Amino acid sequence: MTNAWTPDQPIVSIKDVHKSFGPVEVLKGVSFNVRKGEVVCIIGPSGSGKSTLLRCINALVPIEKGSITVEGQEVHDAALDKLELRKKVGMVFQSYNLFPHKTALENVMMAPIHVLKRPREEVEAQARRLIKKVRLEGKEDAYPGELSGGQQQRVAIARSLAMNPDIMLFDEVTAALDPETVKEVLVTIRELAEEGMTCMLVTHEMGFAREVGDHIYFTDRGIIVEHGPPATFFSNASDPRTRAFLSQIL
Amino acid sequence: MEGLWDFLRSLHDAYGINLVHFYDTFERGRMLRGMWTSIKLAAVCIVLSVLIGILGAWLQGSRFKVLKAVVQGYIQFFRNTPPLVQMYFFYFALGPQMPRVVNEYGISQPMLGSFEWAVISLSFFAGAFNIEIFRSGVEAVQRSTVEAAESLGFNRWQIYRYVVLPLAVRVCLPALNNNLVNLIKTTTQAYAIAVPETLFVASQIWSDRINVFEMMVTLLTFYLLLVGIFVWLMTRLERSLRVPGFGQ
Repeated sequence: MTNAWTPDQPIVSIKDVHKSFGPVEVLKGVSFNVRKGEVVCIIGPSGSGKSTLLRCINALVPIEKGSITVEGQEVHDAALDKLELRKKVGMVFQSYNLFPHKTALENVMMAPIHVLKRPREEVEAQARRLIKKVRLEGKEDAYPGELSGGQQQRVAIARSLAMNPDIMLFDEVTAALDPETVKEVLVTIRELAEEGMTCMLVTHEMGFAREVGDHIYFTDRGIIVEHGPPATFFSNASDPRTRAFLSQIL
Repeated sequence: MEGLWDFLRSLHDAYGINLVHFYDTFERGRMLRGMWTSIKLAAVCIVLSVLIGILGAWLQGSRFKVLKAVVQGYIQFFRNTPPLVQMYFFYFALGPQMPRVVNEYGISQPMLGSFEWAVISLSFFAGAFNIEIFRSGVEAVQRSTVEAAESLGFNRWQIYRYVVLPLAVRVCLPALNNNLVNLIKTTTQAYAIAVPETLFVASQIWSDRINVFEMMVTLLTFYLLLVGIFVWLMTRLERSLRVPGFGQ
């Protein structure tokens, strides 16, 4: 398939995506588009399929029906070039998932060196810049076990950025953090968003979603119940499920 | 050195303590060659069995059912049969089936000698256990860590090589140590197919020189030191691989 994607088309296009785990259908026909540079927040009660949706986008989880394209490349395709996809899509996880046997700097350097086969000196210079960018200068040689949760999560963000992705997926990245350290991670994400990085966040940080998000999607039981720009979404939610959820959280 | 040999010789004359395998040049040569053979045998088998373990544990994670079944069959075969019987099987059953080669003196001889067969059978024997040991380490690696590597574009082999294996080794090193110590001790079994290792030459010397008691003490001391040095090295390795905040 020739890739005729241009930046004015949606960078991520999700159409009627279905996904089941055994008898449980977690995604029951989800569709939406993300434009380049947009910051999309996906909110909803636990078990509503938010995380699964993100994991489908970078093919960590295969879908059964529907279509997901990233920069025009179909993800739901047996012949998918996973490496090509993952070079475009960075992902940050709730539990950081750093490589515990590598220092912060090595964590950032590993994928560019082993996956992209880029020269070590160049990668190291970039990794040092990224560590600085996430405000962890001086922690280059610390192992993940010696860093706080917030620091580990920022290393994880730097590690994803080292692959120069076009899209970043954030899967409840602050859910495992202390309230004090949540902020330092959110600041990093906000800076990324301001630089024009396309971001998709699954989050429970409503304040942050309202502030940084360009578009909010509310999912429940595998479908998108309601969506809209934050201003209208948070003040004029029309669906009773959205309202019930928001009243519990806000 | 001469002084020491003279002293040992005097022990024999005065008290009947017969350490002829030290003070007699010929016997000492035999003894040292035997010890060197043991060390070589152990070293080669350690390396090969660890490689078998690493490769086998990787194949066990394969998507191909046939490969997994082959690995499983190998493990069952070598774990459920006595190592001495395995060695006999290799040397006496498989050995004669192998093509013969002509050596430098123009004499036809089997392609593989007893040392080679000992290496093969002991490596396969210890390798079967090493696969299970590495597998336990691989299974201890968090699924989420593997997913992170996947999302960074690592392929299956790169994930194993750079993430899973380094973490698994740290988890399974104590168990691996045990098995490798066992392997070193099991090299004495090569005696049974006439590999001129320590136990074999010792038995030759004690038959010639009738110094059974002294020889037994020498043998025990040799293996105590050999295994002791190995364990010391492995402890150092374990310490050098220690990572702050992991596995403690």
